[in-house]
This record gives sequence, structure tokens and C-alpha cells, in this order.
Amino acid sequence: MASAAASGKLTAVGSGRKKTSKWLVNLVLGILCFIWVVPTLGLLVSSFRERSDVVSTGWWSILPHQEYVTSNQVQLTKGLPLDKPIQVEGVTVTNQQLRDGYKLPDGRKIIWANSRGRLVNVQVQQWTMNANFTLDNYKNVLLGQQYTYQQPDGSTRTEQGENMGNAFISSLTVAIPATVIPIAIAAFAAYGFAWMRFPGRQFFFAMVVALLVVPSQVALIPLLRAFSSLQVNGTYLSLWLVHTGFGLCLATYLLYNYISSLPRDLFESAFIDGATPFTTFTRLVIPLSVPALASFAIFQFLWVWNDYLNALIFLGTSPDTQVVTVKLQQMLGSRGQDWHLLTAGAFISMLLPLTVFFALQRYFVRGLLAGSVKG
Amino acid sequence: MVQQTSEAKLKQPTIQATQDGLNGRQFLLALLGMVVVIGLLWVGFIYLRDTKSVNILNALIAIVWGVGGVAALYGITNTLIESFPGKTRDRLRPFLFVLPAVAILFAFLAIPTLITLYQSFFNNDTTHFVGLSNYIATFTDHSMLESFRNNVIWLFAGTALSVCLGLLIAVLADRSSFETVAKVIIFMPLAISLVGASVIWRFVYAYAPAGQPQIGILNAALTSFGLQPQSWLTQQPWNTFFLVLVQIWAGTGFAMIIFSAALKGVPVELLEAATLDGANEIQAFFRIIIPYIQGTILTVTTTVAIGTLKIFDVVFVMTGGQYGTSVVGTEFYRQFFTNGNFGYGAAIAIVLFILVTPVLIYNLRQLRTQEGF
Repeated sequence: MASAAASGKLTAVGSGRKKTSKWLVNLVLGILCFIWVVPTLGLLVSSFRERSDVVSTGWWSILPHQEYVTSNQVQLTKGLPLDKPIQVEGVTVTNQQLRDGYKLPDGRKIIWANSRGRLVNVQVQQWTMNANFTLDNYKNVLLGQQYTYQQPDGSTRTEQGENMGNAFISSLTVAIPATVIPIAIAAFAAYGFAWMRFPGRQFFFAMVVALLVVPSQVALIPLLRAFSSLQVNGTYLSLWLVHTGFGLCLATYLLYNYISSLPRDLFESAFIDGATPFTTFTRLVIPLSVPALASFAIFQFLWVWNDYLNALIFLGTSPDTQVVTVKLQQMLGSRGQDWHLLTAGAFISMLLPLTVFFALQRYFVRGLLAGSVKG
Repeated sequence: MVQQTSEAKLKQPTIQATQDGLNGRQFLLALLGMVVVIGLLWVGFIYLRDTKSVNILNALIAIVWGVGGVAALYGITNTLIESFPGKTRDRLRPFLFVLPAVAILFAFLAIPTLITLYQSFFNNDTTHFVGLSNYIATFTDHSMLESFRNNVIWLFAGTALSVCLGLLIAVLADRSSFETVAKVIIFMPLAISLVGASVIWRFVYAYAPAGQPQIGILNAALTSFGLQPQSWLTQQPWNTFFLVLVQIWAGTGFAMIIFSAALKGVPVELLEAATLDGANEIQAFFRIIIPYIQGTILTVTTTVAIGTLKIFDVVFVMTGGQYGTSVVGTEFYRQFFTNGNFGYGAAIAIVLFILVTPVLIYNLRQLRTQEGF
């Protein structure tokens, strides 16, 4: 509302010059948005294309474009010497020109179909679009099916797909407890810091703020060693604990800011009615703090879901437990050229965060604004 | 003022209490309950530690174990504390609320940091004291120097571009006809993991030798203009910049959304007055808007800068730190996990920590000015 009023007033003050600047603003912003969206669009489009299409043509060829299409073939004499000029379709060309493709005066193009068989393709330019879409990539990536495809030389090859469905469930198993547990603990602490006085309060809260920006790398080595002596390495438990520890500072800080701003009268009347701090907290503070809790929950959920380093170190790459980010990285390493699978896999890994993002954008932005102190 | 009233308020429950003295029955019951809860948590711990298969049921058990365990522990401790006589109870209560969080912060961040500091003075497997030699190696080793150089590029190029682009887009969006759509588009990569972003950009940078069909859009653009296709990620020293671009694409939305909120807070009257005084838009931007939001600019810049210092995922996934792109984060990983060099890895982590301390001190100073501290 405020912005609408602001821009309205500004245009009222401005004159004709403002109008030209308005389309300039729209143009520049439009270009920036286009640059921003193209990489993701390419991924999305490619994930629905056939394997052979993805590796042979760019994803933008699904748009209408001009392309040379073979109209007929010319069979030259078998054994025709290739080191001498070749007569074909009324022109004289060299072997090299035929290999690169030679444009005829009428706009057609001649190119070797098979130089050993002395077969020449005659091509004409046509408007085409390369829009064969399929869901096979998703099936192969999600379910780990075996799939067969034709190689360029005509032979067929069978390959094992990837079992990303498993990694998806694994990520959920990690993310939900790693979101809920730190919030529960942080809410208690935030209330304590905001509305109670006790020795060491300033020191402990300063510690929370100081640890906000500490890079988690400084804690990784001792934690990993402690976990291996407790035999929890490679279990979900280790990752929940780590995310609880690392997320707690921000959670406490954010919730403190919110809970300390609740009106004081509220607590006073509750205490006069004989409520203990504990019941005040569970019956009053928690219900009132739902917006702040939701903001942080989204923040933490996305952070845990998208986390790679901690998942790699603590949960590892075992196929049973690996999460989507680790799985995706492994696919990139083992099948870096299988773009049909990689694009589908990447999109699957983004599906849930993007859904959360679009559905709960408002809360996410609020959490971000409040938590911009974190490194 | 605030402190005094809240302290007065805390006395209220004491007056309300019906009896002073230990409530023996409640105490014993709570103690028993505590033993049961801890026992159940332990059983759950052993179960969860030893199950490694993924299924929805185990995930549910984990949630019940974690969240239910936390709730039960708080509840039962509260009952225990409430059974104490008035004075003791009031003194113990705050610790029920803050102690678990403080204990976790000590266990997962504070103490490990101290241990890392200690280990950084020892050799590979922490058996011999080596003094400062890990730190000397950190600042003289060829690969570490390369990482520092790249981190400086990340720090300056990444931060400057993210912040400037973020501010530019926020200003443009504020005046455009499609503000919401533009903001969602720029903001969206923030929801994607950096691993996902790396896959997206590997596809953008995809390279095939000249003459073959280019499926990467950048090389396709180059070849359509008759230029040679480039192997973007292996050509030093420019490849680091192409990695930084990925981070800028992913992170600018953060700067934009915060600047956008700050811009809405600039008073309209101020801008109107400037326009009436004959200031053009550019003057108004540099003389009024920038000074007005400079606090926000500082916050965003430090946040983005810390992010670029700690950068790991993009480099690790896109190039694995090869072709001269390694950064401190990937070098830490390589020394610690690939080479098993604990002391050296610890020293690198501590250097990373030292690099963020200015921000840490600044935050603590800010805290002191806050109400109630």
C-alpha cells in the first residue's frame, strides 16, 4: 500500500521524462529477469526431452526455428575418387566442402550422408520445432529402472537408472526432525532470555549472538570424532543433532526478537491468574508466536534440505541413506554427460523447496528479513 | 524500565504459591518420570542409531522421539522444579528454559571450536605438538595461497556484484510495472540448493569441441556468431569468475529482497522535497536513498561477504577445486577428509574463523546498544 502511494506521488511530481524512464526501467528489469530465468528454464525443458534430443540439440530448439532437413539423397558412383573435385547436383565441390555442407545457389544444401558409400544428402531449409516430450527421464531417475536406448552406431545399450526416490525420502527423514527439534528448544530459550532474569543471562545471550556467524567448519572435526566414538556416524541421528546445534543460534535469536516484543500486560495478567511460567509459555507464548515459528521453520527446512557439506560428512554417500543433494552430486560425478538424467534429478531435488517457497513465500521473506544477521 | 517491571512481575507466582517447602510426593513422582523419560529416550537413541534403512515409519519414529523427547523432558523437569520450595524454584526456573539450548551450543559449537583450536597446534593424528607449523603451512603452501587468492576474488567480486545488482534490481522493481513477478524470479534461486544451482550452470557452461553440436547455451551463442566454443570451467584464471557468477545468480535475490524492504521505508516526503528542490532521480538516489538505507547495506554486505568466505558447495560440485579454482572451504575438506590431515585442516578452519571475527565483534557491539542488555 505504502509503495503504491509512493510511486503514485512520484509520478504526479514527475513529468514526461518519467514516462520514457518507465519503459527503460521495465526494459532493463525485463532483461535481467530473462537472464535469471533462462538457466532454470533450460534445465526444466531438458528434463522432459528424449535422451537423444538432449545430447544432440540445444534445449532452445523446441522453439520454432529454421533447420536443414534432408529432402532427397543422391547416390554417386561407387569408388569415385575423393581427392579430386566431385560433380554433384550441377556444382563441383571438394570432399571437404561436402563434409562441412555446401550451399547450392538455390538455397539447398548438400552434405555427405555417408562418404564411404558415396551417398549425398540434399537438404532444404524448413521451419521446424523439436518438441518431443517424455516423462521417461523422471521414471528412470526416480524409480531406478533399467532402461534401454539406441546408441548412434545403431546398437542398443541397457543402463541402470538412479534411485532418487529413496534419496527424496531420506532428505525428508533428515529435514523434518532437524527443523522441529531446534525450534522447540530455541522457543524455550528465547522465552527465558526475553522474560526472565537470571545470573549469566547477558553472557549466554552474547554467546548466542557471537556463535551466529561462526563457520560450522570449526566444529566439524571434533564433532565427527565424538560421533564416531559414540558410533552414531552415518546415522540420521548424527545429522539431526548437528543441524539442531548449528541452527539453534539463529532460531534463538529470531524467536527472542519476536517473543521479547510481545506486550508485557499479557504476562502480568497471566501471572495474577496464578499461571506458572511454564503454562504461560505453552498456553500463551507459543500460540502467539506462530508467525515467527513458521518463518523460522521454513528457513531451517530449506537450509537443511539444501545442505550439502554436513550431509556429506555425517550421513555419507551410502545409497540407503544419502540425501538428494549428495545423490545429485554423485550423479554429476559418475554420469556428467547424461544430461537427460541430471536435469530430471536436479529438478526433483528442487521440487519440494520450490513448492514450499511459492506456497509460503510471505513467511520465508519475513524470516529472511529478521535473520539477515546470520552468516 | 522494562527490566524492573519484568522482575516485579516474576515475583507474582511466589505470592500465589499455596505452600512453601518441598512437595515430596510431586518430587518423587517427577524424579521417577524423569528416569522413565530418559530411559525411553535412550532406547530410542539405540534404536535410531542402529537402524540405517530409510522408510517413512522410521522418519515418524524419529520425529516422535526428537520432538516428544524434548517436550517430555521439559514437562517433567518443570514438574520437578515446581515441587521445590519457593525460593529455589524461582531460581531454578529460568534454567529450565535456557539451559538445554545453552548446553547444546556449548556441546556443538563452543567446545568443538576450542578443540579445533587445540588440534591446530598438533600433527596429523593429534599425537605431537608442532607449534605454529600448521599455520605457517597455511600461509605458505602453494595450494593454500591459490585458495586465498580465489577467496579474495570471491569476497570482492561476489559480494560487490551481489550487493550492487541486488540494489539495482530492488530500485528498478520498485518503479517497474511488474514488481512482484520480477522479485519472485530473482528470488527463486534462493530456494534451490547450491548443488542444484551447480547442475543448472554446468548445463549452461556445457562444452563440446568445435564442430560438434553445442548444447550449452553460452557456447551455442558463441558459435552462432562464428566464434570458438570455450571450456568455461577449465580455463584459468577466468573460471573462478564463472563460478562466482553461479553464486551471484543464487544469492542476489537475498540482497534484493532486503533492499526492497528497506526502500519501502524511505519516507516519501523526503523524496518529494528533493524533487521539488530540483534534484533529479540519480541525485536523489545517491544523496537521499543510499544514506537512508546505509545500515541495511552494511548488514547485507557483511552477510554476503561471510557467505562468500565460507563458500564450498559451488566450487566442490562444479570443479571439485581443480583447474585452479580451489577456495579455503574446499581446501579444508581436502586436507581433512581426503588427506586425513587433522592438524592442518583444523588450522585452516581456525583461519576461516579469524576472518569472520570482525563481524562477530561488530554484532556483539550492536547487541550492547540493544534494550535490556
